[in-house]
Amino acid sequence: MRRICFTFLPAALLAAAVVVGAQAAASKTTLSLVAYSTPKDAYGKIIPAFQATAAGKNVSFNQSYGASGDQARAVAAGLSADIVALSLAPDVTTLVKKGIVPSNWSRNAHHGMVTDSVVVFVVRDGNPKHIHTWADLAKSGVQVVTPNPFTSGGARWNVMAAYGAERAQGKTDKQAIAYLTKLFKNVPVLPKSAREATQVFASGKGDVLLTYENEAIYANKKGVHTEYVLPQQTILIENPVALTKSGLKHSEAKAFLKFLWSSKAQKLFGDTGYRPVLKSVAQSAKYRFKQPKTLFTINAKALGLRGWKSVQYRFFDHSSGIMVRVIGH
Amino acid sequence: MATSSAVTVARPAGLAGRMGGGIARGMAIGYLSLIVLVPLAALIWSSRAHGLGAFWDEVTKAEAASALKLTLVVSLLVAAFNAMMGTAIAWVLVRDSFPGKGFVNAVIDLPFALPTIVAGLVLLQLYGPNSPFGVDLAFQRTGLVLALLFVTLPFVVRAVQPVLLELDREMEEAAESLGAHRFEVFRRIVFPNLLPAILSGVALAFARAVGEFGSVVLISGNIPFKTEVSSVYISGQIESDNAAGAAAVSVVLLLISLAVLLAIGAFRHWKTRHDR
Repeated sequence: MRRICFTFLPAALLAAAVVVGAQAAASKTTLSLVAYSTPKDAYGKIIPAFQATAAGKNVSFNQSYGASGDQARAVAAGLSADIVALSLAPDVTTLVKKGIVPSNWSRNAHHGMVTDSVVVFVVRDGNPKHIHTWADLAKSGVQVVTPNPFTSGGARWNVMAAYGAERAQGKTDKQAIAYLTKLFKNVPVLPKSAREATQVFASGKGDVLLTYENEAIYANKKGVHTEYVLPQQTILIENPVALTKSGLKHSEAKAFLKFLWSSKAQKLFGDTGYRPVLKSVAQSAKYRFKQPKTLFTINAKALGLRGWKSVQYRFFDHSSGIMVRVIGH
Repeated sequence: MATSSAVTVARPAGLAGRMGGGIARGMAIGYLSLIVLVPLAALIWSSRAHGLGAFWDEVTKAEAASALKLTLVVSLLVAAFNAMMGTAIAWVLVRDSFPGKGFVNAVIDLPFALPTIVAGLVLLQLYGPNSPFGVDLAFQRTGLVLALLFVTLPFVVRAVQPVLLELDREMEEAAESLGAHRFEVFRRIVFPNLLPAILSGVALAFARAVGEFGSVVLISGNIPFKTEVSSVYISGQIESDNAAGAAAVSVVLLLISLAVLLAIGAFRHWKTRHDR
């Protein structure tokens, strides 16, 4: 009956949130933060830092972490949320369509994006297969581990990084799609999520793991040695944060959102491997990241990328998307 | 004839039955509706959101059909294997005595207690590319079967065990004293008595295998047309905003499972009556 659980997960989450909410009602203001799993540790430090400020006094938080798509669906189904922090903009769009997040959520200095990262290659110790470029990933005899972009919204960054990198090297749209087909011939397994892809790679499968820089850095900080290669061309991953309509009613929620872009919070994000979006922090010696030769975004029109809406339809539509053919061979 | 509890429906009897029958029945049906029937109805309702044509398109997509076929074949295989091994384990636990038997008896239920994703992770470490035994079964159908065998182990064992405990040994002794071989005793006396319980266990194991997600998602590798089972395919459809497609495939999976369960139940019923 697993399937049923899956379909009704949002309802279950809702029930859990109601219980948690009732317990915490004693304090003055309680905000609900619904986030994807990776920044959990960062928020674990940012929330106490916020509570130490004047604006954050007497504010307590209900926190919920999970896969970005699942979290968005849970909120869409009624999980109470004041602040949503998700891994990619389309998950926020889901909430805009439901009327939960106002459509102007990204109209601020940072376009609604609170952290950045890039797609990198994690390789085996000493890089025995000499993986340096995107072309190396498509060579015969190389096994690449990446999550299934149909089950993992986050894995779509990997696919678009690969496509955009080809275009940035002067390839045509057709050639770039042919490259994706070749690349996915080297993908022996399709884990469901980024975390599971890491588990599969750790189990000894594959030569390269396509993942986010913050995951690779964070693993190293946690004592799991990972060696990673920053390709010359890669995509800028941008993670959105937004207030829901219920969050907008609380001045504390607005203050918290503002705090996320403060240098204090941006440094805490930087400590967990994210690239800070605040220039003053990103340019400080401690948080200065290596820059690839070409760094493009999901809106790089010159590379044929016209934003998530068009990319989702063209590449990841469940019946007509390019990736259906690429993965199905 | 001993019956196992899993599938049998007991009839209310006596004074309590007459007095509380209406209330008990109402409560039972109300509870069943709330927990099972309403969610199932909602699932069927959402599967037909875009009409019958769309429903048919969803379930006949090559990848969906392949996942459905794999799920059903593997689940039947796992259920059949469980019928043999589960009965053997129950036999050893009831009829043999050895040091640590109590411990082994307790271990049988552990696959139920372990979060299935942990089971998948452990199996991947033990029988994956870095296997300490040099056995790499991961990312192929064998690994899928292994994970399902792990999570479905308790069903047949726990269904057969109580029946075997209550089985009258005098029948077997009588048969042996009349010159029957041990195998003949098992085949003609023990096995027919155990069969209904075995079938109950098999039905449960099959149903569990069909819906299993956590333990298989890591070790199978989810390769479309090779090791992708329906539960993983369905989760992909949900992630791709195709909730109606996910529901459609679920409904077909449920209908086929229901047919298999009914067939097992009918066979069990027929067998029980036939033997009497």
